[in-house]
Order: sequence, then C-alpha cells, then structure tokens
Amino acid sequence: MSQIILENISKSYGPLLAAQDISFEVSKGEIFGLIGPDGAGKTTLFRILATLLLADSGTARICGLDCVKEYRQIRKIIGYMPGRFSLYQDLTVEENLEFFAAVFGSSIKANYDLIAPIYVQIEPFKNRRAGALSGGMKQKLALCCALIHKPEVLFLDEPGTGVDPVSRQEFWEMLASLRAHGITMLVSTPNMDEAELCDRVALLQKGKIMAIDTPKGITSGFKSPLLAVRSVDMYQLIKDLRDMEGVADCYAFGEYAHLKFRESTTLSLTLTNEILAFLNAKNHQNIEIKPVQATIEDCFIEFIKH
Amino acid sequence: MSIISTEKLTRSFGAFTAVNAITFDVKEGEIFGFLGANGAGKTTALKMLTGLLAPTSGKAMVAGYDVWREPEQVKRRIGYMSQRFSLYEDLTIRENIRLFGGIYGLRLADIKTKTARLLEKLALEADADKLVGALPLGWKQKLAFSVALLHEPRIVFLDEPTSGVDPLTRRQFWELIYEAAHIGVTLMVTTHFMEEAEYCGRVSMMVDGRIEALDTPRNLKTQYDAKNMDEVFRKIARG
Repeated sequence: MSQIILENISKSYGPLLAAQDISFEVSKGEIFGLIGPDGAGKTTLFRILATLLLADSGTARICGLDCVKEYRQIRKIIGYMPGRFSLYQDLTVEENLEFFAAVFGSSIKANYDLIAPIYVQIEPFKNRRAGALSGGMKQKLALCCALIHKPEVLFLDEPGTGVDPVSRQEFWEMLASLRAHGITMLVSTPNMDEAELCDRVALLQKGKIMAIDTPKGITSGFKSPLLAVRSVDMYQLIKDLRDMEGVADCYAFGEYAHLKFRESTTLSLTLTNEILAFLNAKNHQNIEIKPVQATIEDCFIEFIKH
Repeated sequence: MSIISTEKLTRSFGAFTAVNAITFDVKEGEIFGFLGANGAGKTTALKMLTGLLAPTSGKAMVAGYDVWREPEQVKRRIGYMSQRFSLYEDLTIRENIRLFGGIYGLRLADIKTKTARLLEKLALEADADKLVGALPLGWKQKLAFSVALLHEPRIVFLDEPTSGVDPLTRRQFWELIYEAAHIGVTLMVTTHFMEEAEYCGRVSMMVDGRIEALDTPRNLKTQYDAKNMDEVFRKIARG
C-alpha cells in the first residue's frame, strides 16, 4: 500500500501557482525524490504533507490518514527536516535531541538503535551548542531529531544544500540505511545528480510535474542522439555548434558541451568527421568528440524547453 | 600573466591556523574554481584576497596590488557576487545599478550609458523600474553578475553562483561567465557543487588550511581515478 498519496493537489499564493494539480504515490520503504530548482514548489508540497499548510484543492493522505481531517495523528507518525536549520541553536546537541524526543512522548533511549549510526558521529560534541556546529554536523543532528520518535514517513527538504560533497554523500548513505527500517522517505533537491540516488523521482518546474519515473526510466526517454564535444575555446565552440546543420541544441555540460541532434539523425563516424571538419574550418584546437548517455540534467533541460 | 599570486599566504586565529602557507597563481582570463570542505579555510583565504582581512604572514598580490599594504586598491579592481547577498531586493533594477555604480565611483553619465547597455543585453528594458525582489531567481543572478562587472573589474569573485537554479538557467549563466572570461576578466568561483567545478578551467582543493590539489578538472579526475569531480573531492577531503 502507498504510504503517501497526493491527488490533484493545487496551491497558489496570489497570482503565483506554487503547485498545479500534483498527483503521485510513494510506497513503503521507498526513497522518492522531488527534483527541481528553487521556486518549483518542493517546499509547498512538504508543508502540505506535514499538515502545516492547507492546499487550495485536492487531497493528500499519509498512511491512510487525511492531511486535513486527521492532521493530529499524522503529526505523530511523520518526521520533518525543513530546508532551513530549525533546531534550537542555544541548546546543546543532547538537549535538542532530548527536547524533540520529549515532545513526542518518547526518549533518546527508546529509539536509540534507529539513530545510533548517525548519532555516534556527533555524540563527541553532545555538549556543544547546536549553533556552533558545522554544516554537516547540524544536518546529522537535524536528522536525528526528525527520527527520534521513529516516524513511518520522513520528509527531507533539500538536505544537500549548504554542505560539502563529503557530508552530502554520508547523508545519502544514512538515508539508504534507513530504508532497512521500512521508513518511507520523500526528499527534495535542486541537484540533478542526486536524482540517481532515489528509487523514483518527480521532476518539478514552476509547480508542475514534468515526469515521474525511476531515474533510469527518465533517462531512457531521451531519444535524441547526444555527443560530448570540447575544444580549447568553449565559449566559441558552443556558439559555432549551434549554427551547424542538423543540430537541435548545444549547451555547456561540465568540461564538455553537449551536442543534441534531431531524433532522425543517426550517430556515425561520418557524422563525427563532419563535425570535426566543421570545427577545424573554424580554427578550433584540441577537438574531442564522443557519444554520451543522457543524464537526468539533459532530460530536465529538454522538458523545460518543450 | 598572473592576476592573483600568493606566496605562503597564512592566517591564524590564536592557536588555530585557518590558512596555512598557500602558494598559487591564477592567470588573467582564467575561470578558477576554489574548492574545499566546510571549515577548510576557503572563506578566510577569500577574505584576504578581497582585502577584507589582513594576512598573519606571507604575501598575496591581486590585480597588481598587495592585499596587505593596498587593500583599498584591490577592492576597487574586483567584483563580487554571492547567491546570498548581491542586490537590494527593495530597490528597482535601475536603482540597484545606480547604487553599485556610485559605490564604485563611476560618474553619473557613465552609469547612465552602462545602465542602458546592461538592460539591453539582458533584455530587461521593460522591467527596469520593477523591484529586484519581484524577479525570478535566475534573472536576479544574471543581473547580479552584470552589476558585479559594471566597474569593469579585472577579477570577479563568485560564491556558489548558480546553486538552486534550473539547469537551463544555469547554462545561460555560465555562458555569461564564459563570455566575461573571453574578454579577459578572471573569474574565481567558490562552490560546494562539483557540477559548477566542472565548468572551471582549473580548480584548487583546500583541506585543513592547505591547498591539497590544483589542476584542471580533467587531470584531477585522471590523477584520482574518479568519474567526476564529486568523487575527486571526496577522495581528497577524506584523505
């Protein structure tokens, strides 16, 4: 059975449509990602599901409970880690954890097993005030506080923002281990590369869902032939390639430019040689061309453009 | 030619050495990524390079001036843009441009010409008298970058310039960065997002106050046998 069910949820703030007819379901133990930039509507959905905001229309249910009528029961079974650090900065690590356990009528002892793998990393600092922790440690504490009452469903709003790649990876490893406890997780991120760490994702833009699928399912929907190209002068390279016959799109992609052809085009050595000749004629140096698999980011760009 | 050149640049706070004898050069027109974990010393190093904090020892030349002896000369020749603070949300686009132009000592006539050129380039003419707070994030960032270039600085410091924007807007932003580098402006980018690091010509990685690695993203990936910069970062930072 689905632990989270959204049906036609809409919410606007004045003229701004923050969520437009959003529907999806998340099953037990699944890590479901809401992937989209700032302003896509990710936080609005979290606030509706966490019973902190009323939708204009549509229904949302968590573990069979209605987010409007049964909000009291829902609050007992969810954990919510908001995007902004929202623990008590002037309480110590241990005091924060004790406080959140007490609010839910529990204790650190009762659910220690669940948080132990995370908490041991910050336990050496348990007498330090939360405000004095580093970004990565703040997050681990916030996660512990969101887990201390053993929730069925965990909401994580942009846990990767403001922390370095080491802490970010550790954080995702922790989420993966929580899956073993059967906890259902809804996690948001503006970083396309984090999408691959989710079981399924919804790509969001301006309050609308552009696609819902497994990360593999989304990338396999990208039908246009794609090449990665680089030369010494990337600025000029992108400009030049956009003028080439048969090119559907060209954009910077890390140290390469991604060159997208129309769907009818087939990748071949002839095509590569044509591009090479085209670029040589424009005096590009150290040219490199290789076929490349589309990433979630390529798909996202394609969805926005259409 | 080097636009930034440091020699054993060091800064201590009491017994703690935040930046420990870093020596590196940034070439004119280069897009240089300045990376490091939380607490590695990036912010302290940047404060010294922008003339906001005096070094404890060592030396740094930025745009031809010594950051310790001539910090005011340095400040005049650099631009700065951060995601957190760049423009005043309760001023209009035109007012923001005029304010920053004035702060950098441009003459009113110059500000007028530059305002017109900037608005045309960003196709924001119709919105010039709208509050910056009402603009979408991507537009704010493009505008903030253009304003940071207003006084024609030789180097612009960018702090996590594109985090939070959609992939298409990020591309448009990086094209502005490439364009600036193309005309010889140096870009120094600090970021936690290795996606942004991949766009840089060369990157440095700070660990515990020292520069642990410095090379092109491509060479670093080969050297650390990593498939992307995220993996390079983790391998270096975890030691």
